[in-house]
Amino acid sequence: MNQDVVVTGVDVIAPNGAGLDAYWEATLKGVSAIRPIGRFDAEGYPVRLAAEIPEFDAEFTFPKKLTPQTDRLTRLALICAEGALSDAGVDPAELPEYAVGVAVSSSTGGLEFGQQQLQQLWGTGWESVSPYMSFAWYYAVNTGQISIRSGMRGPGGVVVSEQAGGLDSMAFARRRVRKGTQVMTTGGFDSLLCPYGISTVAAAPGVSGSADPDRAYLPFRADSTGFVPGEGGAVLVLEPRTVAEERGAETVYGVVAGHGAAFDPDVTGSGGDGLLRAARAALSDAGLTPDDVDVVFADASGSVPLDRAEAAAIERLFGARRVPVSAPKSLVGRLISGGSALDVVTALLSLRDGVVPAVPGTVRDLVDPRIDLVVGEPRTASLRCALVLARGHGGFASAMVLTAP
Amino acid sequence: MARRAVITGIGVVAPSGIGREPFWQLLTSGKTATRTITQFDASEHRCRVAAECDFDPLALGLTRQQARRTDRVSQLAMVAAGEALADSGLELDGELAERTGVAIGSAVGGTTTMEREYAVLSNGGKDWVVDPSFAPPHLYDYFLPSSIASEVALTTGALGPAAVISTGCTSGIDSVGYAAELVRDGSADVMITGATDAPISPITLTCFDVIKATSARNDDPATACRPFDRTRTGLILGEGSAVLVLEEYEHARRRGATIYAEVAGYASRCNAFHMTGLKADGKEMSEAIDLALGDARLDPTAIDYVNAHGSGTKQNDRHETAAVKLSLGDHAYRTPMSGIKASVGHSLGAIGSIEIAACALSMRHGVVVPTANLHEADPECDLDYVPNTARERELGAVLTVGSGFGGFQSAMVLKNLERSAS
Repeated sequence: MNQDVVVTGVDVIAPNGAGLDAYWEATLKGVSAIRPIGRFDAEGYPVRLAAEIPEFDAEFTFPKKLTPQTDRLTRLALICAEGALSDAGVDPAELPEYAVGVAVSSSTGGLEFGQQQLQQLWGTGWESVSPYMSFAWYYAVNTGQISIRSGMRGPGGVVVSEQAGGLDSMAFARRRVRKGTQVMTTGGFDSLLCPYGISTVAAAPGVSGSADPDRAYLPFRADSTGFVPGEGGAVLVLEPRTVAEERGAETVYGVVAGHGAAFDPDVTGSGGDGLLRAARAALSDAGLTPDDVDVVFADASGSVPLDRAEAAAIERLFGARRVPVSAPKSLVGRLISGGSALDVVTALLSLRDGVVPAVPGTVRDLVDPRIDLVVGEPRTASLRCALVLARGHGGFASAMVLTAP
Repeated sequence: MARRAVITGIGVVAPSGIGREPFWQLLTSGKTATRTITQFDASEHRCRVAAECDFDPLALGLTRQQARRTDRVSQLAMVAAGEALADSGLELDGELAERTGVAIGSAVGGTTTMEREYAVLSNGGKDWVVDPSFAPPHLYDYFLPSSIASEVALTTGALGPAAVISTGCTSGIDSVGYAAELVRDGSADVMITGATDAPISPITLTCFDVIKATSARNDDPATACRPFDRTRTGLILGEGSAVLVLEEYEHARRRGATIYAEVAGYASRCNAFHMTGLKADGKEMSEAIDLALGDARLDPTAIDYVNAHGSGTKQNDRHETAAVKLSLGDHAYRTPMSGIKASVGHSLGAIGSIEIAACALSMRHGVVVPTANLHEADPECDLDYVPNTARERELGAVLTVGSGFGGFQSAMVLKNLERSAS
């Protein structure tokens, strides 16, 4: 019998709020962070909007020594990981040597740092490239730096599957906990909000070219224009329920009850059943049925065929309009691996407070009639079980079931 | 009965040539495939040597569209996956396709194409605000390392869980470890797993040049990388891919598949010390070895061969020598331990899987492959590193280890089922 793995600490750095309380308050109020790109002059770019994280207090007190060797994304991930450990009341220094591990997904690495060093190489010459380039940009950088900074010497892992990566990393972390690691720090963090990064996603299908922040990312409508890229993510602390109880953990946010993943060969989007297979596998892993699910956090890609496919999958799983569906990423954009990790945190807060966040800027009549998308104002409800869905560009599908503690 | 993960297919694209056979020939010959870089003009760089693959994706069966939408890093894995799947004899259709997943390791993903396109969009590094109107339509696919797993799934027909594992230079052990866990816990019956990297590009060469991790022995490319040798001066980049078909043991047995070895034990540890530095005591690597042995339910004395990380840096050679001694005790002195990076280069995330493939082939053939270019042993490294000449030896269980930037330390134990059964 597999033991329960619970979430005992979380922290979030999202475009509409840095820190758990700030993010949750903004999300329930429907505060959107989608704005014209401000980080560089994007005049003439095919993507004009993004959800950027404004500078916030903790960045000003971040150790200066680490700045030259880190991309801003890594600094955000480090701040967030410390926040999550502190929220959990876990100090790795007080635990046995190898008791705490790290698995934080990243699909972008320190991309802005990478672009700066490419400019050094191509503009000036190889001798001018930073000695930190060998690790500051790559996909394992956040996991490695977090392990060093917090002294976590247990297992490390970086599972990458674009937007699905946050869920897949949590599943990896749960496996480690079940195999005996006392505490795992997990989640996802990404940013491609630099000129070259925006140029890569601009070339992909699905990104919105809209210049209207109120209209650019309204998923599940026939007139959806796509998604808006965002940045940031979330870090979660997982441990066995028995350990959490023994040490008197202050908060148990919920149980990571089930996970499933599948590949969908219909990569751009419509006909495959990958998401449905992933969701069924997650429910089966949790020992639950669709009837047990009280709320769904949708992948909500904003692309018309992908949204239709997701609505069809939700309808097949639950029946038409049988379960409330939430898409809080319409406020913060798609954060790649950070997005599905953030959705898990949002789901846990929903379970805690009995409230489903809304997509504020849309109207029910325009939404795919097969799903009960929560629009306008948040909806209160008694919630015991949430299903989080995620799809990564390239055919990745992943689903996670979370239950109230 | 606990589920077990066994290797039933192997595919390799390495600097020795395309396929398992040329790879095995190179390793057992004690020769090397390092040469002066041809993939770009490296004449101004500190290190001008690498282990390159002679690789033509179209000649190897990729379509023009596959070749256009992928970086070389995916192409190497697609070809290796094709060989592995054919070797296993599996047909991935119907329910089996849904029970087959993909886990491919890569440290740096599609950086070669990313750099090439960057140079265009930025007008040769002139513009910070690059011009997106010059972006090719598949730029986001080149950018995402996960595209590798996506392409391998598409080309093999796998429909189960898919992901890329990217823990720097231990990615190739960690991806196979991850895949073995999915097989063991029932998330999949078959995993197409392994790793790939194609890092021979100006930016990645520069990454290692600026910290002087690379060997600058440009006048003698064939002996540029000398693991465990007193005269070593650093690592040499390589490229390549190895893909394995990992299958649940009963599934393989029922269909009468030929089994190379069982992936019997795996563990990883972080040293939480430094992004590039290693502590000389090898403690965390040793911890990973101990755990992998425990996972495999083997005593350290059961290990017949150690495949070393052997990157060709003094720091690494001493670190892993210490780690292996800590874990194997006196048995370390009786156990051959060799590294293949002098021959095929350090292909970053790929090499861990290439080394697992080498271990599985060594078990199959009953041959220990040598460490090439080892003529004057470092007196601080006093184990049996199998210099230059292959040895016949029946192998019941082997250990492979890896070490990477970020502080990652990984270990895997393979068991020879034929020998342990007899």
